[in-house]
Amino acid sequence: MKRAKQILVEIMAVILSIIIFWIPFIFVMITSFKDKTQAAEMNIKLPTTYHIAENYSAVLQAEKGMVIRAFFNSTLITLLSIVILVLICSMAAFPLQRKKGKITTMINILALAGLMIPPAIVPTIWVLNGIGLFKTIIGMVLVEVALSIPFSLMLYKGFMATIPREIDEAAIVDGCGKIQLFFGIIFPLLKPVTATIIVLTAVNIFNDFVNPLYFLPGAKNATIQLTLYNFIGRFGSSWNLLFADAVLISIPPLILFIFFNKKIVAGMTAGAVKG
Amino acid sequence: MTKKHYSYILILPAALIYSVIFLLPTVMSFFFSMTRWTLTDWEFIGFENFVTFFSEPSLNIGFKNTIIYATMTSGLKVVLGLLIGVFLCSNIKTKNYLRSIVFFPNLLSTLAVGMTFSSLMHPTQGLINQMLTVFNITGIDWLGNVKLALFSIIGVDVWKGVGVATVIYIAGIMSIPMEYNEALMIDGGSSWDKFWNITLPLCRPAMNSVIILSFIGGLRTFDLVWVMTKGGPGFATDLLASIIYKQYCGGFYGLSTAGNVILFLFVAVLVIPLYIFLNKKEVDL
Repeated sequence: MKRAKQILVEIMAVILSIIIFWIPFIFVMITSFKDKTQAAEMNIKLPTTYHIAENYSAVLQAEKGMVIRAFFNSTLITLLSIVILVLICSMAAFPLQRKKGKITTMINILALAGLMIPPAIVPTIWVLNGIGLFKTIIGMVLVEVALSIPFSLMLYKGFMATIPREIDEAAIVDGCGKIQLFFGIIFPLLKPVTATIIVLTAVNIFNDFVNPLYFLPGAKNATIQLTLYNFIGRFGSSWNLLFADAVLISIPPLILFIFFNKKIVAGMTAGAVKG
Repeated sequence: MTKKHYSYILILPAALIYSVIFLLPTVMSFFFSMTRWTLTDWEFIGFENFVTFFSEPSLNIGFKNTIIYATMTSGLKVVLGLLIGVFLCSNIKTKNYLRSIVFFPNLLSTLAVGMTFSSLMHPTQGLINQMLTVFNITGIDWLGNVKLALFSIIGVDVWKGVGVATVIYIAGIMSIPMEYNEALMIDGGSSWDKFWNITLPLCRPAMNSVIILSFIGGLRTFDLVWVMTKGGPGFATDLLASIIYKQYCGGFYGLSTAGNVILFLFVAVLVIPLYIFLNKKEVDL
């Protein structure tokens, strides 16, 4: 009896998941296959004629290949940010985790504040402008890095606490220098958490809309999220093209999700449960 | 002897980028919020921007909306996330599928999600209203109704974000030692007892994280509102973050920065006491 009830609840949960999650996904996919008139009907009936190649190539060619350029820009920003972030945060976490003292406490408070405080937009533009990096890819990378530092640092520190100090001591006894100790011994041991940070930051930066909107305006440097934003204004009622773009920009996160599901979840729950 | 091997030099690159790109603007925002500002030139005007912010109805509506938005999104995520989390930790076969599907929307672009729901919520043709007509309910103007629009967006935010709350709860529930459940089984407790006396009190740290994370997220929200309604109809869905953007676009940099400072104070005044309060009540395992 109890078992039957449980199965019933489970079936209901699956049906609910289909209504709540699958229908929007299917709606987006189907609409991106339709022609303009049918797409405007906004239903989930199968299209009478399929326009897959036509719609997607129209999106890719729009505005002189803006989407392709944006894919390149977004990938570049994401990759550069990740390399810098992994390097500087792992380095910083080492003394911050190993040493106790006033400096450590102060830096920890400042980093913690960064998890909560929203960035001050116009003053950031003012700073970027002052150092000549406003509206540049490098400036955008620096902003993404700066805003991701608190979280990555927290993950690195948490993981580093599990690496025994005896390893450091053994290395020092063997005559390891400061720099060699970190890059030769510690950094390779951080691989699991580094992987988590890479995947999580990749998703966040790739999906970031707000920061490029403020700090990287202009069609030349458009990121992938900005193309969709521009198309909403420009294509107006061509829902088929809008949704085709939406599908295109969702493919990279989908791929990451399929391969790194566990890493992503691990990163999001790390430090949240007991830390 | 090992002390001197942990050189603070390793912190320098991170500290430099963080200070210049994040801390410096944050500190400067307090000054620039009291100016009339064109990026190259500024004129000190004291608290005028703040007075404008508090007296102008199109600006101060952002306070109320932001509070409603942050409270409701985090409240719903706390409750729904817990229910889904507990359900997904029970003995069911489709656990992995359900967990993945609930979590997945979180990885999608907010812009794409907002656009999708804007069309699903279309007053005449939208799929949601079409489905409602089947049940003889007349169409609702989800995003056009001044009273309803904010809550429609809150619904979409929860749709997208409840997965994170769920996985945090699952991690919390999984970390509860098995002995507690076994002891309860021996004493003949029901699954309801288990929920109230074991799961709920012991997944407290997870719940606190969900509350804090989603509350901060709610206070800072901009993209979803902007793509769905642009703060409209009228100013019905304007949040502090969208007002900051609007003032920025209008060239009112000082006023926009004042909005940033107010948002900063909101976070400080609301989140820090909340954080202290929640941590005080936490129980040790």
